[in-house]
Amino acid sequence: MIADVAELLLLALLVVCGIAACASKNLMVSLIIFMAYSIIMSIVWGLLKAPDLAVTEAAVGAGVSGVLMFVTLNRIRRIRREEAKDDEETDI
Amino acid sequence: MKKRTFREWLKAWDEGEIDFSVPGPGCPETPGDAASSGDAADDRPAPKDDAAIRAYARRFRDREAALFRRIYPVMVVLIVAVISVFLLRVVTELPPFGSADTPANSSETIRRYLEDGLSETGAVNVVAGVILDYRAFDTLGESHVLFTAACAVLILLLSSEKQSDSLRVREILEKDAVLHTTGRVLIPLILLFGIYIVLCGHLGPGGGFSGGAVIGSALILYSLCYGPERVRKGLNLKSYRVTVLTALLFYSLAKCYSFFCGANGLETIFGPGTPGNLFSAGLILPLNLAVGTVVACTMYGFYALFTEGTV
Repeated sequence: MIADVAELLLLALLVVCGIAACASKNLMVSLIIFMAYSIIMSIVWGLLKAPDLAVTEAAVGAGVSGVLMFVTLNRIRRIRREEAKDDEETDI
Repeated sequence: MKKRTFREWLKAWDEGEIDFSVPGPGCPETPGDAASSGDAADDRPAPKDDAAIRAYARRFRDREAALFRRIYPVMVVLIVAVISVFLLRVVTELPPFGSADTPANSSETIRRYLEDGLSETGAVNVVAGVILDYRAFDTLGESHVLFTAACAVLILLLSSEKQSDSLRVREILEKDAVLHTTGRVLIPLILLFGIYIVLCGHLGPGGGFSGGAVIGSALILYSLCYGPERVRKGLNLKSYRVTVLTALLFYSLAKCYSFFCGANGLETIFGPGTPGNLFSAGLILPLNLAVGTVVACTMYGFYALFTEGTV
């Protein structure tokens, strides 16, 4: 009974996280929500008796891919900043 | 001069074909003329000089952007709704979770894997037995896909110049007491857990890929906390290449040997051993180690190349 309620709660959270990750304006925020989504998904895998997938999802989805996307975001921002600087210099 | 669309006009102007000092057909004679014709000028190309063309182009672009902005959300909602309806219909058709007559249970191959997997491969974790014994060829391909991706990233991002921005960020991070203390407690635990997952891949859930990803994330965390120089003491570009290549070569050779001896994945040097022991299940443990090494190195390599431009 409690397990059923917990599973339904987790599934509802999955949907909420999915929509929130798409709807948030800030890319950083949607990345963090995406990582939260991966953590919830790994718990759901565990409840579905697929511990292999749970471990992989937690390590890859929430860990490595999140970090890689953070790094990419940082790079994009740096490129934008440099472009803005270049524009200012040419304007002067 | 023939009639052209606005884009063709712009292109011709860009290539220097048109001299705007001479009023051509379709051009208003004076600026006052264009103003008097009002909005009708939008449809007819009426470029007089640079500024007019720029303004026209901007208006054109704005109109396209506005149209795109209006259509985009509608299309997104429509496509998502259609896909959701299809997926929900499929979900209602699925057999109940864990029921006996699922397609997976009624297939002959799956039954063979489940019933004879333990005695044939010696792996308590049947998934590991399937991945690294029956279907080892697939896993070999997967490892090579990862290796190819790592090579591509290496070719694209390897640079010798220091990146000043990452240096600045690193200085801030390396002084952070909270990060250091957390890292000192967490990193050994994560590394230990990753090694456990790799080593016990044939006994419990896990295996080379997930364990390698865990070890890779521990290395990333270590590099974040204490700087990449510390990691580079153990894993520089040369040892990175050597490690990954050795692991891949070992995997390929082991599998070649296995295919050479009958291609059914059963003939190994070690034999199945006692199921449940750490040293059992034939080649699965060394293959798990090889895959774990490749995955851990690749994950850390991606991170290092994206931040530092070198491993």
